[in-house]
Amino acid sequence: MSILHRKLWRDLLHLRGQVAAIMVMVACGAMSYVALRTTWLALQESQQNYYSAYRFGDLFVGLKRAPESVREQVASIAGVEAVQSRIVTEVSMSVPRLNEPAAGRLISLESGSRGELNRIHLVSGQRPAVGPADEVVVSEAFAKANKLGNGDRISVVINGKWRLLRIVGIALSPEYIYEIRPGDLLPDPQRFGILWMNREVLESIFDLGGAFNEMSIALAPGADPAVVTDRLDTLLKRYGGFGAYDRDEQPSHRFISNELDELRVFCTWIPAIFLLVTAFLLHVVLSRLVLTQRDQIGVLKAFGFENRTIGIHYLLLSLVAVGGGILPGLGLGYLWGRSLAELYSEFFHFPVLYYRLDPSVMGLATLICGSAAVIGALGAVRSAVSIPTAEAMRPEPPTNFRPGLVERLGLQRWFPLSLRIILRNIERTPVRSGLTVLGLSLAVAVLFIGIYFYDAIGHIVRVEFSLMRREDLTLYFHKPVSPAASDDLSRLDGVLRVEGFRVVPVWLVNGVHRKRVAIMGLELEGELRQVIDLRETVHQLPPEGVILTERLAEMLGVGRGASLRVEVLEGERAVRKVRVTGLVEDMMGLNAYMEIGALSRLMGDGGALSGTHLLLDPHRRDQLYRKFKETPGVKGLVIPEVMLDNFNRTLARTFDSSTLTTIFLAGILAFGLAYNAARIALSERGRELASLRVLGFTHGEVAEMLLGEQALLTLSAIAPGYLIGYGLCQLITRVIDTELLRLPLVLTPKTFVYSAAIVTLASLLSALLIRRRLMRLDIIEVLKTRE
Amino acid sequence: MIDNRECLPEGRGRQERPVFRARGLTRLYQLGEVEIVALRGVDLDLYEGEFVVILGPSGGGKSTLLNILGGLDAPTSGEVVFREHRLTGASEAELTRYRREHVGFVFQFYNLVPSLTALENVALVTEIAERPMGAEEALRMVGLEDRMDHFPAQLSGGEQQRVAIARAIVKRPDVLLCDEPTGALDYSTGKLVLEVLERVNQELGATTVIITHNASIAAMADQVIRISSGEIVEIGHNKNKIRPADLEW
Repeated sequence: MSILHRKLWRDLLHLRGQVAAIMVMVACGAMSYVALRTTWLALQESQQNYYSAYRFGDLFVGLKRAPESVREQVASIAGVEAVQSRIVTEVSMSVPRLNEPAAGRLISLESGSRGELNRIHLVSGQRPAVGPADEVVVSEAFAKANKLGNGDRISVVINGKWRLLRIVGIALSPEYIYEIRPGDLLPDPQRFGILWMNREVLESIFDLGGAFNEMSIALAPGADPAVVTDRLDTLLKRYGGFGAYDRDEQPSHRFISNELDELRVFCTWIPAIFLLVTAFLLHVVLSRLVLTQRDQIGVLKAFGFENRTIGIHYLLLSLVAVGGGILPGLGLGYLWGRSLAELYSEFFHFPVLYYRLDPSVMGLATLICGSAAVIGALGAVRSAVSIPTAEAMRPEPPTNFRPGLVERLGLQRWFPLSLRIILRNIERTPVRSGLTVLGLSLAVAVLFIGIYFYDAIGHIVRVEFSLMRREDLTLYFHKPVSPAASDDLSRLDGVLRVEGFRVVPVWLVNGVHRKRVAIMGLELEGELRQVIDLRETVHQLPPEGVILTERLAEMLGVGRGASLRVEVLEGERAVRKVRVTGLVEDMMGLNAYMEIGALSRLMGDGGALSGTHLLLDPHRRDQLYRKFKETPGVKGLVIPEVMLDNFNRTLARTFDSSTLTTIFLAGILAFGLAYNAARIALSERGRELASLRVLGFTHGEVAEMLLGEQALLTLSAIAPGYLIGYGLCQLITRVIDTELLRLPLVLTPKTFVYSAAIVTLASLLSALLIRRRLMRLDIIEVLKTRE
Repeated sequence: MIDNRECLPEGRGRQERPVFRARGLTRLYQLGEVEIVALRGVDLDLYEGEFVVILGPSGGGKSTLLNILGGLDAPTSGEVVFREHRLTGASEAELTRYRREHVGFVFQFYNLVPSLTALENVALVTEIAERPMGAEEALRMVGLEDRMDHFPAQLSGGEQQRVAIARAIVKRPDVLLCDEPTGALDYSTGKLVLEVLERVNQELGATTVIITHNASIAAMADQVIRISSGEIVEIGHNKNKIRPADLEW
């Protein structure tokens, strides 16, 4: 080992505290990059492989009924590569061991072939055989949630009649990677599942011989989806087409895409923050080292060491410090990524989740960290190289304090001396202090966002479940029924309150803007379900006209008072006009509300109910569930309480762990920065502090003068941290402003208190470490030498 | 608290009572595998108001002696008593309090707080002293009333040392300990600093101890202690002290 290398190791050992802080910073950066990037890659790759191997469609369209010959016509549209026609219907099911009825979506399978598009992946069992009419394949999540296996039987109401079906296979589908009932907030695999049966069976049940009611299309490479959609809509109009939509409106795809986008943003920004901080810390530590080793550098140069050798020596120091963090970072990143991917596989059902340690990710992580090392070392290396030999051997010139802003303004007499020392030290190194404050503000901001996110989700869940959904149960009917059904239900023993509602699928059209939504008709005096905005204000339903969520109004380009064309997608397919009488700032989805009477008048019929919200006597609940389970007219039911339980058991856990991770990472960020600031200050001012100890100042008084600077930097980081955090939260609410979800910008005092407290705590912890070091300061030793 | 069980014998006159009484001071340092003897069996009495010069070559043990008198270091064996307080065996906190209440220090390299002005450096000590004089008054005593608002980096070496002296005397210390106070200064500035020290000694009556390897300074002292290889080789008293202005080296 050359002597310079030996010096390198001793310097590293001497600087071990700061080197450790840098290593941890690098490890966090590498870890978060590797974990998030590999998870992103795994999801992305799994999704794409799944889509192409099982031929996930590009366009989807529902229609009333069309003969099979239409398929040929669609196939001949320019840009269409493959067409799949099928029968899709909503069913209700009676599942053993489940008190209430479950809802399902029944999809036809091409008998005897794998079919063109949206092929299923059999996890176990087999496809239904040609011939037997009672064989069904069920989705894996549903089977697992209800502990169903091949050979089990379930009762299903198909077209109004009970049928006993035998499960022959358990499957996955690229259309249902995220298996959620349309319009639902969260998955409820126990009460919603996908079923597949042979097409002939469904054709005969629905009397659809040689006809179909849904179509999926794969586009040829380079085809314009908008053009194909137009042609398709024109062609299918006479068959009652509901209007074609692409993958972006396909619920499962949309959800996964949102998640992938978020992951990609995180896997860029989180590592970037850590690596920038790493570069900054390296810069500060090495610059200080070069300054204290001026004489050594001078001696080396005087002995004829080349500038290059000396430069490389300090660069190596930086690379070793960073290198020490990379390896554990990569390892931890792999472990974290794997557990993240496992977590995702609980919600996203892929046949295979391709999680692997991509060498290119590792390589890139190493390269990025290495760049941080080089960038951080650059300034110090340059100053080491550029010190003239003779000057280098003279001691470091005294710290040059001159009257600053405070003195020019004459403010100093208001400050005690210890505060003046602190202020002047900060003022003397404005860039370093500024960057430390910025780094600490980022830590505050990261926490702010993390806690905000947690609160926002909590707020949504609270508003959704304790304010909006006050019913114990929502009952959906297979077909719209007469309002009298409401009275029938209220006569049932144990039903305390019944409020009917009507859901009408429509296209809302304003010029070129069109959006497919469902208008929800609610009772004017309803108590179980009201229109509530994210500020928890209840909006009265107007006697006429429609209330739109703001997001929907934006998409349609309309405001209050505007008039909209309504193309009804059921019954007689009426086309009407309706006035927008109100806007509501809603969190969930694109919604349109009307008073149920006004909706009936708009529809021009005597009024009908799609379902009812019910308040139940808890003691009679199970009995009622069983009753509904046996009623063929009931399509399905939603129990908010169960949904909330599901949320708490699954997604809430995810949020908990990601919030904890955020707190951990931000804590490390703050600790590293605060520790470094104080450690450097101790190195620069050790002599001054030792002198003060000699003059009779106590440990505590001296510590106050040193750590006061760090405390002030930490405190001044809080307000900018709030500002940055608030700005980023606003950005997030704008970015995560999907049709599915709009995050409310709710900030609780908790957000402010916790984000500041955690950073302060991390800073305090580092202060304790430095204080211990200060206690051990050998005052005689320090006074002997001039630095 | 300082241990005061070891009071001096009754009946001795106040003038004769030593400020410092050291007996058998030995200080060993373990430097790797080598044992270095910095002091070996030093006996010493310093009296109230005396101006003492401790002379000796580098490495002779004079800094160690000063550090022990100042409560910065403890002897390996032997005993030091400051007035009625035993310094040997005192705790870290007790020694801090001793320095705070009784001792003024002047260093070879001034050791001012670079971020404080001359006035503030002096005022800093008044904050922890019990009956300090005004910071301005202390600066006036060292002739720096015109430079009070300058930072150390804006002052010459001699001026910095005078600020350091002002800082040391502002608390009206009982003893003033100076470690090579002229070591970093040129001839005329050095003499100026010595004049200040002499004046302070006379006006405040603080026992002043200067360690130096510059033998010419000995002529201005009441008591001169020569130390070499950790032992006192000579103790002398000047009948006719020379004024600092007349010193030559």
